[in-house]
Amino acid sequence: MSVEFVNPEFEVIRNDNRCIACRVCERQCANEVHLFDPDRGIILSDESKCVNCQRCVSLCPTRALKIVKNECRLRENANWSDSTIKEIYKQANSGGVLLSSMGNPNPLPVYWDKILINASQVTNPSIDPLREPMETKVFLGKKPDKITRNEDGSLNCELLTQLELSMPVMFSAMSYGSISYNAHASLARASKELGIFYNTGEGGLHEDFYCYGENTIVQVASGRFGVYEDYLEAGAAVEIKMGQGAKPGIGGHLPGAKIVGDVSRTRMIPEGSDAISPAPHHDIYSIEDLRQLVFSLKEATEYKKPIIVKVAAVHNIAAIASGIARSGADIIAIDGFRGGTGAAPTRIRDNVGIPIELALASVDQRLRDEGIRNNVSLVVGGSIRSASDVVKAIALGADACYIATAAVLALGCHLCRTCQTGKCNWGIATQRPELVKRLNPDMGAERLVNLMTAWQHEIKELMGGMGINSIESLRGNRLMLRGIGLTEKELEILGISHAGE
Amino acid sequence: MFIDVSDLDYKELNDSIRDSIDCTLTNCCGQRFIAAGMSNKSITINGVPGNALGAYLNGATITVNANAQDAVGDTMNDGTIIIHGSIGDAAGYAMRGGKMFIRDNAGYRAGIHMKQYKEKIPLIVIGGTAGSFLGEYQAGGVIVVLGLGTQSQHIVGNFPCTGMHGGKMFLRGNCNNIKFPRQVSAKPANTDDLAEIRKYVSEYCELFGCNANEIMDSPFTVVTPDSKNPYKQMYVAN
Repeated sequence: MSVEFVNPEFEVIRNDNRCIACRVCERQCANEVHLFDPDRGIILSDESKCVNCQRCVSLCPTRALKIVKNECRLRENANWSDSTIKEIYKQANSGGVLLSSMGNPNPLPVYWDKILINASQVTNPSIDPLREPMETKVFLGKKPDKITRNEDGSLNCELLTQLELSMPVMFSAMSYGSISYNAHASLARASKELGIFYNTGEGGLHEDFYCYGENTIVQVASGRFGVYEDYLEAGAAVEIKMGQGAKPGIGGHLPGAKIVGDVSRTRMIPEGSDAISPAPHHDIYSIEDLRQLVFSLKEATEYKKPIIVKVAAVHNIAAIASGIARSGADIIAIDGFRGGTGAAPTRIRDNVGIPIELALASVDQRLRDEGIRNNVSLVVGGSIRSASDVVKAIALGADACYIATAAVLALGCHLCRTCQTGKCNWGIATQRPELVKRLNPDMGAERLVNLMTAWQHEIKELMGGMGINSIESLRGNRLMLRGIGLTEKELEILGISHAGE
Repeated sequence: MFIDVSDLDYKELNDSIRDSIDCTLTNCCGQRFIAAGMSNKSITINGVPGNALGAYLNGATITVNANAQDAVGDTMNDGTIIIHGSIGDAAGYAMRGGKMFIRDNAGYRAGIHMKQYKEKIPLIVIGGTAGSFLGEYQAGGVIVVLGLGTQSQHIVGNFPCTGMHGGKMFLRGNCNNIKFPRQVSAKPANTDDLAEIRKYVSEYCELFGCNANEIMDSPFTVVTPDSKNPYKQMYVAN
């Protein structure tokens, strides 16, 4: 071993009494950790390649395998952890910018876990969702400022274009290219069945998925990949991506090696050419410029589609959101700093942006203070992990939530955080045909539907417990929330009282 | 069909274009988004159109008998835009197909992130000079700058071709005084290049009535990127 050696993160433990050398692990591992030694008739492992995706563990017929953290540690101290030291080694070896996948893994505060939900006792009876009607439907888009009547005195029921969701959750942007065809097929089918929406990300819309257009949000980002009139027409809404929670302030970059076949066709760029999304939209340097892009899209789609503007949660998010709400956008999507990604520079992912809980609370409050909350709907993402996170987000002021990490977990992701290699053994973050086919879109869609159905039940149960029978009555209802273990300042920003108050 | 657009806002204006096949807009004064996403039409504009003229254009032909403003042909997919004058910034942003001919000058960031795909090879011809950041992130297509009618030594501004990783740029003159980034090669045009340039110049001259031979009687510089993958070595997996 040389000075360049980086100690493997995981150890592959094989129970020799159980192993029957069937070589399933060898066939299943795209990272080529397992290798059959014909001379000795045993399977060997090279753990330096292991990413702990648990594929071999899950498929071993005799349950002979386990992957554990390598106990061989560098001499850590409180300042120089094992991973910090290894990062230095990796950069000294390569001269490269550290690139990571999935959301920020560091132990920064998760405010969802410090917020508690109310329930009715004695007064204001709770509601049993299994026996009583309970509404989880939401409409996203600009709402009228006041009620107007027609000449004959009847109510004017004409709304500007809205997205109708059966429950306040959507699948957030993941491009075809960053995830596989079968992953997109699963998301599209599940969205249709559930009556919600999935999002193309900046990778264009595969020709096979135009039929799911009514449940598709098409994205326009700085690289404009795959954007043309038919694509804009195909979607139910158009999302302008200004930023992403995992990497605020920087662009995207899908390496040329991943621009092959259908991905190249869908992005409408040549095979092998890097797909670079510049950090800014070079035609947007102000809210006025944003307004221009919003209205150019509205003109191109003849005002039939709501326009979403997606931004990362950053320091002055309330002021930024106020600007967006005045830009003509119908929906603002805010992505928190724990949001996932197929690849982001580690330093950006782990150090830039703010938690979605704080961003949401301050944006909702600011828009209310300025009297423009009804100009827009708010959609939040950046680590919504459960039905209770959804309920807390709604009570903090969101109209709906975006989920992506939770959705790919439902598809089989084991959060090994190596999407950028393109060797996803679960067939999600890969374009290799032999890996993609491991994800069955029928089963994938079913699992997504299961997850969302379960969340919908839980949302209803939590609402029922509070004596609320409609999601509309929960939105911005911060009296239903209490903080636990939070400072005065944190409570002030969240706009909630402390538990016990 | 003539449409007097002096009292129309952009929404009404576009509605009236949608209702017609070929039309001439008169008294145009700054209306934005004209012909956004449209196809199969021929539109002539008398007066100055506003920003985002022909955004997402999908096959229509637009002729402007004056100057045009910013973001002309944003994400244009097909069609032709002809400007009898100069244009503002960010012309042809992420343009994927079609042609744009500008008689005079272009502002900053012309052809930024221009692409190409299979038979779709977009073209921008700028008769005069181009501002800074010409062809930034250019990923495909062809940009031609002729520098006609200018006494200036610099037919393009600062930082041309920054992040360029596809396509071609043809600049009239030997460009000795232009500083290009490291990842592109700027060479004198060879015979094949000159034949290609002549094709574009002839089209330009046909539109604006000038002499192709006079324009071609000059050296040309060809700029191409060295790599389709400029950032390949930048990252290490963590």
